[in-house]
Amino acid sequence: MTALEIWTYGIVGLTFATYIGIAIWARARTTGDFYVAGGGVHPVANGMATAADWMSAASFISMAGMIAFGGYGGSVFLMGWTGGYVLLALLLAPYLRKFGKFTVPEFIGDRYYSQTARVVAVICLILASVTYVIGQMTGIGVAFSRFLGVSYEMGIIVGMGIVAIYAILGGMKGITYTQIAQYVVLIFAYTVPAVFISLNLTGNPLPQIGLGSEYARDGVASGMTLLGKLDQVVTDLGFKEYTTQVMGSSLNMFVYTLSLMIGTAGLPHVIIRFFTVPKVRDARYSAGWALVFIAILYTTAPAVGAMARLNLMDTIQIGPVGSETGNLVYDERPDWFKRWETTGLLKFEDKNNDGRIQYYDDQNAEFASKAEQEWGWKGNEMVTVNNDIMVLANPEIAQLPAWVIALVVAGGLAAALSTAAGLLLAISSSISHDLLKGVFIPKISEKAELLAGRLAMIGAIVLAGYLGLNPPGFAAGTVAIAFGLAASSIFPALMMGIFAKRMNSLGAVAGMIAGITVTLLYVFQHKGIFFVKGTEFLMPELGMGPDWFFGISPNAFGAVGALVNFVVAAVVSKLAAPPPEHIQHLVEDVRIPRGSGTATGH
Amino acid sequence: MTPEKRAQYWGANLRLLTVLLIIWFAVSYGLGILLVEPMNAFSLGGYPLGFWFAQQGSIYVFVALIFIYAASMNRLDKKFDVGEE
Repeated sequence: MTALEIWTYGIVGLTFATYIGIAIWARARTTGDFYVAGGGVHPVANGMATAADWMSAASFISMAGMIAFGGYGGSVFLMGWTGGYVLLALLLAPYLRKFGKFTVPEFIGDRYYSQTARVVAVICLILASVTYVIGQMTGIGVAFSRFLGVSYEMGIIVGMGIVAIYAILGGMKGITYTQIAQYVVLIFAYTVPAVFISLNLTGNPLPQIGLGSEYARDGVASGMTLLGKLDQVVTDLGFKEYTTQVMGSSLNMFVYTLSLMIGTAGLPHVIIRFFTVPKVRDARYSAGWALVFIAILYTTAPAVGAMARLNLMDTIQIGPVGSETGNLVYDERPDWFKRWETTGLLKFEDKNNDGRIQYYDDQNAEFASKAEQEWGWKGNEMVTVNNDIMVLANPEIAQLPAWVIALVVAGGLAAALSTAAGLLLAISSSISHDLLKGVFIPKISEKAELLAGRLAMIGAIVLAGYLGLNPPGFAAGTVAIAFGLAASSIFPALMMGIFAKRMNSLGAVAGMIAGITVTLLYVFQHKGIFFVKGTEFLMPELGMGPDWFFGISPNAFGAVGALVNFVVAAVVSKLAAPPPEHIQHLVEDVRIPRGSGTATGH
Repeated sequence: MTPEKRAQYWGANLRLLTVLLIIWFAVSYGLGILLVEPMNAFSLGGYPLGFWFAQQGSIYVFVALIFIYAASMNRLDKKFDVGEE
């Protein structure tokens, strides 16, 4: 075993042992424990658990890479995945906490006095959560197979086994306390390498300040800002200027950000975390704490992205662009380069057979033709540079010690496991509480429901594991789709349930179905029906080419679906009578904090 | 609680929400996206200002907004005597 493997096994093993220890300590004894951790979680603790619940493998592993290559355009993820908490805190969390039940569909079913509404909500929840959980499973498998020398399959089975122990024994209670531990692991893992790299490139230990500081590699002043340097390095090689590069168009960025924000606020596994705090006022503050803990990672990520991009460019372009010895000789590439080549995340192809690596934007026609005529470059030779490399290989690129790399592995696993557990609980509680108790066996005893909850959890874990082992070929895009589904179905139904007293059952159900249908159709049109390749049905001859709707990409479409939901609900609700008196009282009641007990199932 | 009081409390809540959501919109969609180019003419340390709002500033403002909301609502709950014991 290499030193790195020993460190990795040691640190990952230690974190897993901690999670299992917590599982044994935090067993669930009642359905209240199982669904809402007994309802007595401190708002700061819940904030931390929410942050881990929320920050997934995508946030931890992929986001910095998306920013590194998207530049300014990557801002949609930063704003979109944090701004949603403002909506959640101001528009949903306190009221849903006051309502005081166990699940999101339960609120929708009661508020719209309709089992149909509840079942539609369950379907939307399961669609959004299952697509989301696949991304976590693949993240776990990838982390295991790349760093721990076990197969991808074995990785998923081990990861699932760990989640199973604490999620089945402890339900929400076990999940809450493991998520707190997982937050600590993942935030250390994320910030430690970032601090080292920021120090190295700017002399400032705070990445948030370093990103706006002078570029001074190894303490040598350059007279340029880091971002200015990065802009120069990338534009010299024909890439778009980092700080102004947009994603699609301004409108696409606007709608994309909005979709991610609304989707964030509508994700059931995040909402149910706010059912675990004792009071309405705790729910308000807890959302603020959650965002504090999230912001630590989210304000670090743009620094990680920019600095990793600069390091990568500097590794390959070692001298002036176009000079004979300006490009790295392939045989002299560093060890991390070789290691990541074996995973396929980095791929080099010597197109002009000069033994050196040319990494530039060959899609930029003007630059590409100049490069070919003057320097004999025959195309970009870094044919694959995967986003995920920016976080996973970052410590190696910056030549940090082995324990830091091991920490990053443990952090990535913590991020994936904590999110997976939260999603699995949202899925299993909607089955045992909403479908079984709510629809099929209302008279079920508490003990039987607790058992049903555990069985549903086992079922959800097996399903998630199966989908992780046989990813449906669209795993990469799934997290974005989950946001679209939550944005277009769940968020509007919840918000109107609180803010529009006149909204009735017919309007809400029609709105949810219309919103989710429009969103799915647009996604399927681009990516195939249920993501099956070859079933895309774009119709350019009818003006329906790629991103035909005002240039909006399918991942950004949730906000449009939400708008459709609101409009359809408002119009259709006029066709039926206003909700009955007791429902209007219920709405009045959730608007006022007084009288909130702990969450109950009755 | 009388229906008038109830309506007043809810009205005060909605006014607070409106103000906070306007700020929420302005820092992210406004300064970070729609007005990013003119904002980039200014700088904050080594950051172009529009870029800073998009990748840093908006997030800090979001955090502040939630705490302002929580504190203001607590005050409002006390004033209207609708808080939890």
